[in-house]
Amino acid sequence: MASKKFLYVNRKAPHGSIYALESLEVVLIGAAFEQEVTLAFIDDGVYQLLKNQDSSAIGSKNFSPTYRALGDYDVNQIYVERESLELRGLTKEDLMPLTWEDEDDDWAEKDSIHVVSSAELAEVIEQQDVLLNF
Amino acid sequence: MTVLHIINKSPYERNSLDTCLRLARPDSAILLIEDGVYAVRAGSSASATLQQALEKHPVYALQPDLQARGVPTESLIDGIKVVDYDGFVELTTEYEKTQSWL
Amino acid sequence: MKFSIMVNEGPYTHQASDSAYHFTAAALKAGHEIVRVFFYHDGVNNGTRLSIPPQDDRNVCTRWSELGQQHELELILCVAAAQRRGLLDEDEAKRAGKNSDNIAPGFEISGLGQLIDAGIQADRLVVFGD
Repeated sequence: MASKKFLYVNRKAPHGSIYALESLEVVLIGAAFEQEVTLAFIDDGVYQLLKNQDSSAIGSKNFSPTYRALGDYDVNQIYVERESLELRGLTKEDLMPLTWEDEDDDWAEKDSIHVVSSAELAEVIEQQDVLLNF
Repeated sequence: MTVLHIINKSPYERNSLDTCLRLARPDSAILLIEDGVYAVRAGSSASATLQQALEKHPVYALQPDLQARGVPTESLIDGIKVVDYDGFVELTTEYEKTQSWL
Repeated sequence: MKFSIMVNEGPYTHQASDSAYHFTAAALKAGHEIVRVFFYHDGVNNGTRLSIPPQDDRNVCTRWSELGQQHELELILCVAAAQRRGLLDEDEAKRAGKNSDNIAPGFEISGLGQLIDAGIQADRLVVFGD
C-alpha cells in the first residue's frame, strides 16, 4: 500500500464541541496505518494544546493528556500557526510540552511542536496528499 | 500540490475566509458554498477582502446556494465565477486536494 | 477519478449532508467512482431509518439510502461516533442488550480505519461539515 501524507487540520476549540476529541480519536487510529501523519492547529484549534485543562467540573471527558501520548504513536509533526497564537495572546510557553523520542538519535527527546508562520504552514499544507478537516 | 479551498461560512459569522486567505498559496482556488456565498455581494464589507483575493486566486461561488439565499448573480463582485454542482465536482478534479475550512 | 466523501454533520440542522449528497450525485453522474462515504461526528445520524420528516420536505436519510443502493456505495457510519449517539445495527444492538436497532438500509457501521483507508484509496477526499 502506497504511503500518503495525511494532514489533520484542527481549527476548533475543545470542550465546547466534540470535534477536537473525535479528531484526536482519528489521529490515534490513523497512526496504525503507517502513513505520514502531520497535525496543524490553526485559529481556535490552538486552544486544544493549552496547559492546565481540567474538565472535571463540567463532567466531560478529560482528553487533553492524550495529546502528550502522541509522540508514542509516532505522531511528532505538530504545527501551530504563530498568527493564531498571537491573536489569542498566547505563546508556545502556554502550550503543553509535546515530545517524542528519536530512536535514530539514541532516543533523544525532541520537541514535536513547531510554531510556524502562515507562510511556512501554507508550505506544509502544500506538501500533503490528504487533508482531514475538523 | 494545488488546493481547492472550500468556505461554507458567512464572513460575518466566522473567520474562515480570512484564515483561508492567510494560508492559501497563489496556485490555489477558492470556492464559496452554503453560507460562504454571502461574501460575494459587491459593496459589502467582505467585498474588499474578496477583491484582494481575486488578484491572487480564482474565486468561485456555488449557484444553487446563491439562488437559495436570494443573492442575485448580478450582485456579484466582478471576476467571481459561478458554478453548479457539476462545476464543483470538476473543480475538485482540477485541483489536487481540497481544504474545507470548517 | 476516485472520490471519498466525509460527512461531519447530521441531517437537517446543517446543510453539510445536503451539500455532500448533491456533490456525490454529481460526481456519480460525471462517471467518477465513489470509494466510500464516511459519516463522522453527528454525521452518523444520517444513517437512521427512524427519521420522519414532514411530507413537503426532502428525506435526507432515505435519499442517502437510495443513492447508496442504486450505485452500490459504501455508506459507513463510524462505530465509535455511532455508539455515542445511539445508532445501532442488529449486531451492535444485540451485543449491547438494546431492544432495537435503527440503521437504515445501505448503511454499515465500521471502524475509523475506514476513513483513513478512504483517504488512501481515493484520488480526492472531500469533507463536508459545519
